[in-house]
Amino acid sequence: MSVHTLSIDGRPVAVEAGASLLAACRGAGIALPTLCHLDGLTPVGACRLCLVEVEGQARPLAACVSAAAEGQVVRTDTAQLRQFRRMAVELFFAEGNHLCAVCVANGACELQDLAVAVGMDHSRFPARWPRRAVDASHPLFTLDHNRCILCSRCLRACDELEGAHVWDIAERGEHCRLVAGLDQPWGEVAACTSCGQCVDACPTGALFRRQESAGDHQPRRDRAAVLQQARQQKLWRNQGEVPP
Amino acid sequence: MSPTRQPPKPRLATVWLAGCSGCHMSFLDLDEWLLELAERVEVVYSPLASDAKTYPESVDICLVEGAVANGDNLAMARILRQRTRVVVAFGDCAISANVSGLRNPWADGAGDSAATVLERAYGELAEAEGLAPPDGVVVPRLLERVLPLHAVIPVEVWLPGCPPSPARIRLVLEALLEGERPRLEGPQGLRFG
Repeated sequence: MSVHTLSIDGRPVAVEAGASLLAACRGAGIALPTLCHLDGLTPVGACRLCLVEVEGQARPLAACVSAAAEGQVVRTDTAQLRQFRRMAVELFFAEGNHLCAVCVANGACELQDLAVAVGMDHSRFPARWPRRAVDASHPLFTLDHNRCILCSRCLRACDELEGAHVWDIAERGEHCRLVAGLDQPWGEVAACTSCGQCVDACPTGALFRRQESAGDHQPRRDRAAVLQQARQQKLWRNQGEVPP
Repeated sequence: MSPTRQPPKPRLATVWLAGCSGCHMSFLDLDEWLLELAERVEVVYSPLASDAKTYPESVDICLVEGAVANGDNLAMARILRQRTRVVVAFGDCAISANVSGLRNPWADGAGDSAATVLERAYGELAEAEGLAPPDGVVVPRLLERVLPLHAVIPVEVWLPGCPPSPARIRLVLEALLEGERPRLEGPQGLRFG
């Protein structure tokens, strides 16, 4: 096994070759904020919250999609990075309609937690208040586009773990939105197995169980990692222990 | 020998704009600390603890609950800004418009959400015609969009929560009364919702 040695926030860190900078940071006990990342799914570098500075690079890099390399000097907590991260979270709040007080995910929302983590007490950007739909056509689950941040975790969970690929992101710019099937009502998409992995992967309250009301949402966000691990280790419920 | 003069107490105001009064209710949940607060400040304007009908001059601290949704809210915000040293956006509606802003996505082609909600309430859902309030004569005119406080006046402190917990309100008031900038950090101090 070949190993890379690098410096993160002044600390020497050794990681397996091929590991991402995010994995290297976590291995060193540095908790980088993330939103589109979910253990068990392919990283996409969409949310830009895990930005780090690497000496010799003109621009900050998204740690989740950057490989750790020998001799890198990485900084994760500079004034500029803190400013970028807070700005990113403020933009998320300004972009959609995020009302924590009346959201199913109040108390279990990664966006709400991130606002705390980056010290956001208000958004300096004027809220757009877009008019967005709610898709309540599925018998078990609901999609509220108002709360969707387009992280694509649902899409990847459905595609990579369930193999159903119900979800896609359609259109561009401010019109970007999550679509089910061929832009159909979710309940009419035959490919959906109603497994609920998209619901458990969602960082906000955009995907939830029908009966849930404000503050009820309790997603199992470790489900993707558990499934991916079980698959790698060929462990299934009827063939031994399920990994923790 | 003349008696030593007590320094004047800080002058505190609280204002209720387009909100549900939940932030003020949370303020009341400070319970016995309110007695201590009453010793330390002079409450000069408040729906809770003052009969004053006009916003006074020379206010030191003002907690402003609610978003800016109509002409009265806007006029009040401008008046209190002129007459207040430290303006606190008190709760999520003042900070982001929050639930009070839920009409904003329903703007018509010209960006006016007031026209849409008035038509809905007094047109589509009304049992008789002509019930809509006369424009700006009796009740204040709705703004086209519901705005956070900092969109219309400069704000010094943002106190999040729906409502902010009594402990969080106390933390802010105690810091301000000590002449310090409140440090709101972590889930106890920040957190929307």
